[in-house]
Amino acid sequence: MKAPLKWIKDHVDINVDIKEYIDAMTLSGSKVEGVVDMAEDIEKVVVGKIVEIEPHPNADKLVVCKVDIGSEVLQIVTGAPNVKEGDIIPLALVGAKLPGGKIKAAKLRGVESYGMMCSIDELNLSKDYLPDAPDDGVYVFKEDLPLGMDIRDALDLDKVIEFEITSNRPDCLSVIGLARETSATLKVPFKKREPVVKEEADGDINAIASIEIEDPDLCYRYSSRIVKDVKVGPSPAWMQRRLAAAGMRPINNIVDITNYVMLEYGQPMHAFDFEKLEGSKIIVRRAKEGEEITTLDSQVRRLDSSMLCICDAVKPVCIAGVMGGENSEVTESTRMLLLESATFNSASIRHTSKKIGLRSEASSRYEKGLDTENTVAALNRCAELIEELGAGKVVKGIIDVYPRPYVKKVLKFEPERVNAFLGTDIPAEEMVRILKALEFEVDEEKMTLSPPSFRRDIEHFQDICEEIARFYDYNNIKPTLLSGKEATQGRKTYKQRMEDIIRNTMTGCGLNEVYTFSIVSPKVFDQIDIPEDSPLRRTIVISNPMGEDFSILRTTTIPEMLKSLSVNNNRKIPEARLFELAHVYIPVDGQQLPDERQTLTLGMYGSGIDFFELKGCVEQLLSNMGIEKAEFRPETDNPTFHPGRTARLFVWKNGERKDCGVLGEIHPEVAKKNECPQRTYVAMLDVETLIEASSLEKQHNQLPKFPAVTRDLAIVVDDNVYVADLMAAIQEKGGEFLEYVNLFDVYKGEQVPEGKKSVAFALSFRSNDRTLKDEDVNVAMDRILKNLEKGFDAQLR
Amino acid sequence: MKQKLEEIRSQALAALSEVSDVRELEALKVEYLGKKGKLTQILKGMGKLSPEERPVVGQVANEIRLALEEGIQSVRERLNRELINQKLKSEVIDVTMPGTKKDLGRKHPLTNILDEIKDIFLGMGYEIAEGPEVETDYNNFEALNIPKHHPARDTQDTFYITENVLLRTHTSPVQIRHMKSHKPPIRIICPGRVYRSDAVDATHSPIFHQVEGLVVDKGVTMGDLIGTLQVFAKGIFGENTKIRLRPHHFPFTEPSAEVDVSCWGCNGTGCRICKGEGWVEILGAGMVHPNVLRECGIDPEIYSGFAFGLGIERITMGKYGIDDMRLLFENDMRFLKQF
Ligand SMILES: [Zn+2]
Repeated sequence: MKAPLKWIKDHVDINVDIKEYIDAMTLSGSKVEGVVDMAEDIEKVVVGKIVEIEPHPNADKLVVCKVDIGSEVLQIVTGAPNVKEGDIIPLALVGAKLPGGKIKAAKLRGVESYGMMCSIDELNLSKDYLPDAPDDGVYVFKEDLPLGMDIRDALDLDKVIEFEITSNRPDCLSVIGLARETSATLKVPFKKREPVVKEEADGDINAIASIEIEDPDLCYRYSSRIVKDVKVGPSPAWMQRRLAAAGMRPINNIVDITNYVMLEYGQPMHAFDFEKLEGSKIIVRRAKEGEEITTLDSQVRRLDSSMLCICDAVKPVCIAGVMGGENSEVTESTRMLLLESATFNSASIRHTSKKIGLRSEASSRYEKGLDTENTVAALNRCAELIEELGAGKVVKGIIDVYPRPYVKKVLKFEPERVNAFLGTDIPAEEMVRILKALEFEVDEEKMTLSPPSFRRDIEHFQDICEEIARFYDYNNIKPTLLSGKEATQGRKTYKQRMEDIIRNTMTGCGLNEVYTFSIVSPKVFDQIDIPEDSPLRRTIVISNPMGEDFSILRTTTIPEMLKSLSVNNNRKIPEARLFELAHVYIPVDGQQLPDERQTLTLGMYGSGIDFFELKGCVEQLLSNMGIEKAEFRPETDNPTFHPGRTARLFVWKNGERKDCGVLGEIHPEVAKKNECPQRTYVAMLDVETLIEASSLEKQHNQLPKFPAVTRDLAIVVDDNVYVADLMAAIQEKGGEFLEYVNLFDVYKGEQVPEGKKSVAFALSFRSNDRTLKDEDVNVAMDRILKNLEKGFDAQLR
Repeated sequence: MKQKLEEIRSQALAALSEVSDVRELEALKVEYLGKKGKLTQILKGMGKLSPEERPVVGQVANEIRLALEEGIQSVRERLNRELINQKLKSEVIDVTMPGTKKDLGRKHPLTNILDEIKDIFLGMGYEIAEGPEVETDYNNFEALNIPKHHPARDTQDTFYITENVLLRTHTSPVQIRHMKSHKPPIRIICPGRVYRSDAVDATHSPIFHQVEGLVVDKGVTMGDLIGTLQVFAKGIFGENTKIRLRPHHFPFTEPSAEVDVSCWGCNGTGCRICKGEGWVEILGAGMVHPNVLRECGIDPEIYSGFAFGLGIERITMGKYGIDDMRLLFENDMRFLKQF
């Protein structure tokens, strides 16, 4: 809400400077978004009258003027095309400040000039503010003004304050509402004023028109007056300027007056050309299915039965609260008006304005819910202005259809409870003062209170607390820290601790955490070659997306990881190591909400990075999460990945093998499509399965007291034998003393037959209660070797 | 004989003083003390002496041997020292050269800030509550005193899945879930990902992150809310940080406030970060609305509570001086490595 300061000052005295005022208003809840001071850079500009114009001796396009500013007559040289003798103009004196800079005395083609006549551009004013200004040239006043008058007064240059009004305070979408808040904030009286209507026209409204509300659930009150002898024309300059300053464009006196009243009272008004209303009648009813109306913006609008309309005896003439119809529009030939001041069901207006895609100043007020008690005052203000401006003569009487008049709310006044709730010790008298300043009625005998009718937001004890607190100032409430309350324990859940471990492990492995978008395009599946029939393609779909590229919830994190890698690759960053801990969203049959599964994604590329680096990170993670048993199995048929460089991870939980995700080299075609390097490595792991198999239980093992015996074992096996299987076979027959087995070499080439590989392990044997003898170890080694020969046709090398 | 011994002594000591390396020293040792050494030879000839002379000469010879051994030992130590010093000298490195680093990864700046926030509240006895991102309209709006057609829904720009299922626009539904499944006293923070239909630009993203807090107990006051927010603001922005509350309106709290912190860039004197205001708005807060408590089965006549919520992106950008939100989701290594 943009409110010109002088307009607010019509209703309340502001006894502090602007800075103090906006700070005080902000802290009492009317947040000031900004202040535009129209006169900010204007100084020493006065009203002057051109008394003489002579040609410039040395220039065709310049003239030399004598300008009377009351105290003296100045010589001014100007090139403005529009000036003539007798014009009253704004004159910037020598030393004047303008938005464009300072004015100095100057010699123009050899003739002295002691100032500058100003255009609206030079004064930084808009044509909305001064509609009569010429497109090019000096502004010429229409009115006769005292010479020498400061231009800031002559043009009503004001400070315009922009308030952010919250949705619960439609009453503050008005100058009067803001003046009331100002009054309570600054502790100065609100100047309440009743409009005075002379009603000079003949006749009585009841004999001229009739009004009927057919749908009182949607229209709560309809107040109306008739105006005769209407003279449509421009509104006076002061009104145009105030409207323009408040952000509304002046149109004509009638429209301007209705807008002016809306801004001042917060009550939208509508004026119908009465002679265009068939049957001299207003009927407020739901539209009939398929009814049409051409609105003031010349659009044909199709209505339906959910929309409320203002109709005459036969047709809709206005979409209630949203926009009027062309068929009853006020034009220059209008002679008689019917003025509407009504309130409607807020949800209905909101629904209608959304449905037809039209939001107006009026509808945005109506949809927040307006005070039914305000309609007549606003109507009278409108009539008063029409009379004052000579725009017409008001007929006697009001038709006021008000099916269910407002009943005052009565709430308990509980000062002690208020203090207990706020943590304050505000005296009851102070609370009464604040509430009365806000126009609450307080009955200190019965300890009850009633909010004013324009405060429909006050319903609960807590609402009253807020009113008191905001004028006590929130910042005066003493900070406390739940002292004396029952203690609670703050700690992370097991899952949250595990997630910390995951992040710490990943960063310890050199991976950097990323955040990516969880809403993606349905095209991502093709992007990583997911088969058409894959269950991953069943997704949660957004019904009102911002575009197709941003329309489904992801079921795989791999595309977004590839995207992050490609960002780095495209920027020529030689290596990237990334991880993300985030959800995928899997639809579940028969369930309203999807399964949101926490997923860990690793991604890396760069020199020296290979599958085993990726796997090493995963193994480190398994170890840090206390997952004892895991298995990596080759996965050869995953279209996203390289068929020979991909593994599926399984973990065991209570003896059960569980699929935990995939890790591997991205298929070169997929890498290419995603603008990633040819050797790109990605893992996608299901964190919930990992956590299920994890454990934070630790058990200390005695440090060994006896030396270990180590043996190396090098064997030659077929190339397609898996090392993991060899190691399992070694473990299987290792006996009680086998402490560990480590792979230390895999070799193919010279001295190893074609199709075979040499694999070398380091084995360590140890006993807890004695030093092992060679025989002990030899027996075990024999057993192991036999097992390898039997199972894998292994030959000792 | 005695004289001969004295000669040996002075000869040996003179030679010792001229020894310049270990080899010479060993040779000298052999020359005098070795099996065939000069002193040894003399001692071997002692048998020829008279019984009266023997002890005297023996004593002198021993003295010489001891002195010689001592001398050799000290020269050996000196030589060793010199040797070590020489070696150390040859091993001088340029300690100003950069160290060899294990290249650790970094957590995302949003995680860092969230971790800081979690620490503050865990220390005050809060639990961390989590909930789904795909939510019911009921949990996201209706239970929070935002019925259908409420004007507050306009500003939320919600992504809907079906009429009754949506992407949560705040983490408040976690509060609802928690209140419905736990009895007071409740102290939780709810971090998480939220969604609003905003086009991506330097200050907006359709996906962002929030932390909300909720306390419900008997006799919780607005003073408790303010005290808690003060602890939070000082914890995140430093001990000297002040907060300022401005009355505001949210459907789910009453009274409600927007909360500013004194600008960390200028301490309140006005700068680019605070647009000259000296204050930066960082969160919304208030006393839990009685309708919300009642909806969750908590009697507002007995219990009261406060809630607050803030955007993690905003705080992260403010604290680290990041001026474009897109950087947070783009994942350029050069960006990620800075935190
Ligand atoms: Zn600042």
